[in-house]
Amino acid sequence: MTTTLEADVDWKRVCTVDEIPILGSRVVNSPAHGAIAVFRNGDGEVFALRDRCPHKAGPLSQGIVHGKTVTCPLHSWKIQLEDGQAVAPDVGCTKHFPCKVEDGAVFLQL
Amino acid sequence: MRKLKLVMVGNGMAGVRTLEELRKIAPDMYDITVFGAEPHPNYNRILLSPVLAGEMTIQDIILNDLQWYADNEITLHLGKKITQINRTQRKVVAEDGTEAEYDRLLLATGSNPFMPPIPGKDLPGVISYRDIKDTDEMIDAAARYKHAVVIGAGLLGLEAANGLALRGMDVTVVHIADWIMERQLDRTSGKMLESALAKKGMKFALNKQTAELVAGESGRVCAVRFKDGETIPADLVCIAAGIRPNVELAEKAGIHCDRGIVVNDTLQTYDPRVYAVGECANHRGTAYGLVAPLFEQAKVCANHLAMFGIGRYQGSVTSTKLKVTGIDVFSCGNFSGGEGTEDIVLHDPGAGIYKRVVLKGDKIEGAVLYGDTKDGSWYFQMLKDGQDIREIRDHLLFGNSHLGDAGHKGANSAAAMPDEAEVCGCNGVCKGTIVKAIKEHGLFSLEDVRKHTKASSSCGSCTGLVEQILASTVGGAYTPADSSSKAICGCTDLSHGDVRKAIRDQKILSAQEAIATLGWKTPNGCATCRPALNYYCLSTWPHEALDDPQSRFINERAHANIQKDGTYSVVPRMWGGLTTPDELRAIADAAEKYKVPTVKVTGGQRIDLLGVKKEDLPGMWSDFAKAGMVSGHAYGKSLRTVKTCVGAEHCRFGTQRSMDMGVKLEKMLFGMWSPHKVKLAVSGCPRNCAEAGIKDVGVIGVDSGYEIYVAGNGGIKTEVAEFLCKVKSDEEVMEYSGAFIQLYREEAYYLDRTCHYVQRVGLDYIKEKVVNDEANRKALYERLLFALQGYKDPWIEHAETPVLRRQFENLSV
Repeated sequence: MTTTLEADVDWKRVCTVDEIPILGSRVVNSPAHGAIAVFRNGDGEVFALRDRCPHKAGPLSQGIVHGKTVTCPLHSWKIQLEDGQAVAPDVGCTKHFPCKVEDGAVFLQL
Repeated sequence: MRKLKLVMVGNGMAGVRTLEELRKIAPDMYDITVFGAEPHPNYNRILLSPVLAGEMTIQDIILNDLQWYADNEITLHLGKKITQINRTQRKVVAEDGTEAEYDRLLLATGSNPFMPPIPGKDLPGVISYRDIKDTDEMIDAAARYKHAVVIGAGLLGLEAANGLALRGMDVTVVHIADWIMERQLDRTSGKMLESALAKKGMKFALNKQTAELVAGESGRVCAVRFKDGETIPADLVCIAAGIRPNVELAEKAGIHCDRGIVVNDTLQTYDPRVYAVGECANHRGTAYGLVAPLFEQAKVCANHLAMFGIGRYQGSVTSTKLKVTGIDVFSCGNFSGGEGTEDIVLHDPGAGIYKRVVLKGDKIEGAVLYGDTKDGSWYFQMLKDGQDIREIRDHLLFGNSHLGDAGHKGANSAAAMPDEAEVCGCNGVCKGTIVKAIKEHGLFSLEDVRKHTKASSSCGSCTGLVEQILASTVGGAYTPADSSSKAICGCTDLSHGDVRKAIRDQKILSAQEAIATLGWKTPNGCATCRPALNYYCLSTWPHEALDDPQSRFINERAHANIQKDGTYSVVPRMWGGLTTPDELRAIADAAEKYKVPTVKVTGGQRIDLLGVKKEDLPGMWSDFAKAGMVSGHAYGKSLRTVKTCVGAEHCRFGTQRSMDMGVKLEKMLFGMWSPHKVKLAVSGCPRNCAEAGIKDVGVIGVDSGYEIYVAGNGGIKTEVAEFLCKVKSDEEVMEYSGAFIQLYREEAYYLDRTCHYVQRVGLDYIKEKVVNDEANRKALYERLLFALQGYKDPWIEHAETPVLRRQFENLSV
């Protein structure tokens, strides 16, 4: 999660936290950025990544979430939710989007 | 609270591994100081021979660079030899006067080369083979001199001789015994190795005792003279006559030593503040010289230093692998035999193959292999597991090698493969890439190699080859884990067996509860352990355990099979492979309505619709539901299909109504989750058109009833199903098959197919539980039926339940 002083207009409400299953995700369709996976982990934190594994473009939203990581459903690469980086020894990165929760609602900065 | 002070004397592989383990489990408990006598950080001593052979450089074999010590806040004193331990004041003193106080002291002083008292052993040009300095000296000598003599034909001596020969020296190996490597090989394999090495240009002087090393005019050694009077030229003499634990420091400090610093099962010496690990330690009478046991010691020692107090080191069985390119030698355990043992021997001198497995009763005592070592780790595994080999005794020597049938062009010997040969056909990894990764990253385990190269990480059929490559690259350092005690994943130290037992004994009802009560190291497990835990809870406590969709792989969560482009495939169930015009019409309609790009007939007699968008799944399902069709579970660790032939209903040869029997079995097992996928087949006569011989349960009709076969497999490695029993009626087929499948569901480890499970427990055990014990069979069958009671078709359930349907609905901004 990121706190930033940029103008509120950048923050887009996508859903309530409860609409994302714990240790699960939802897909947000963005006209500008394509599919974005929004994850909720076991500690109630929310993260957003481009829904494309850096390995072979697998949909990360469909993976298993654990700690602050998601395992891609296609070939089990592990991607860090905070920065989109692949867990070593794999190398690669997918775009991450700033994300926050306010009054039970999830906002993405796009 | 003040941090405790830990001082380590010695900076080698066992010691540093202990620190790595300790920092992992108790990162802040100690201030750590390390004293190393050599001027280098921790390096991979095993790989000195490739350095000598010119295949690698010193830089390549550094395991922990200086940055690692800094990152882990470890104070490192290089080139400082500790000369004194003051146990009353609890401090150590180095040669140059540097002192360090300790609360705990870890001795990892390694070993010294044994120098036999030969006159002339101190001459210039006479060295041992132990560290980087010795290696440099040999490389330097190889560039300037011609004749090298290696005294001692053990593992180290032969690797030194091989390296020197590769560097162009004329090398003679001198050995006191009748054959080389007599501690690791028997006479036959020793002689085979000798002639292979001789072909590479090495000379041997066996049965020879060295009388004197003779000095030349320059003062440097120039010759070796034997007791029988013969003299051979020598500009370089490398003495590799074994190693002795380095106990000088400990002995001087009054710590009990006896061929090593004596330690207990927690690696403590007689002074409980002082620990010892590695080659310097004597545990239950053995000082180990191979890396694998030392790493086990490191783990236990770290556990105790972290005050966890649960680990015990109970000794290791070791195996030997010689690292000389192109030559495969393997031995483990007691390979020489003796009273009460039997040998099974295969010797083919023409092909250069020799295999000897030593048995005691029904268990393997030891093995020695030459030329074809691909089954070394299999024998070693069975030796360590104490597995009963009675049933496989007749084909034991022909091996198993864990290799799949395809994907590596049928090659099954790693040594014979060139570097560019493909080992892993799934991920396109060749031998050279694997060897390079092992060397560059200092890998020791199969898991590490999988992580770094992906080799054998997909279908796993090349695991046996990858193990061979690993074993021949790191030598004796590679030890497969005991399969019975191998941890599920990095989140826990517990094995599958431990976890199954705990879930049963403690009545654990969900994956999350298991993670919390069984001391998992991670907050929510990982993609490996969570699905296993979820399955174990569900199969142990049906109707009580909580099924967690987030602990299931996407296919089971979405009830469809994910494809490479993120679309899904949908397979409606066709009971026994039978369908109707109405069903076919519904399938055709759905394919058109949802613009399905590919429609295919599967190997299990079903129709597969490929390329369906996730959003379209609920709609497609409800269309199928209207036509009376349910999920085919073609995506799950579950009952997949019951394949049938036409049978007595139509076939002129049919003896039993196989379609009918197949439909009954499939209806009985509908909705069954299992450790891995389960496939059945029913054939109406012994012509077996339904291919029942390669199914988890295969039923073959004969005139007088049915034969039931179990644990076949048609995939990665073809396994022919084994005959379980013969029965008379349809009801008995259901009961016996059901009981077998329930036993598998209750006892197998997650992702084991029935063939793996039956290999582990043995067919006799299955027969005992399912065929001979009627009460147990009926109880198993009842438990299966109970577990499957009231199962709802997931397609209807998911299409109708808003919370479950949510995953198919995307959000927008």
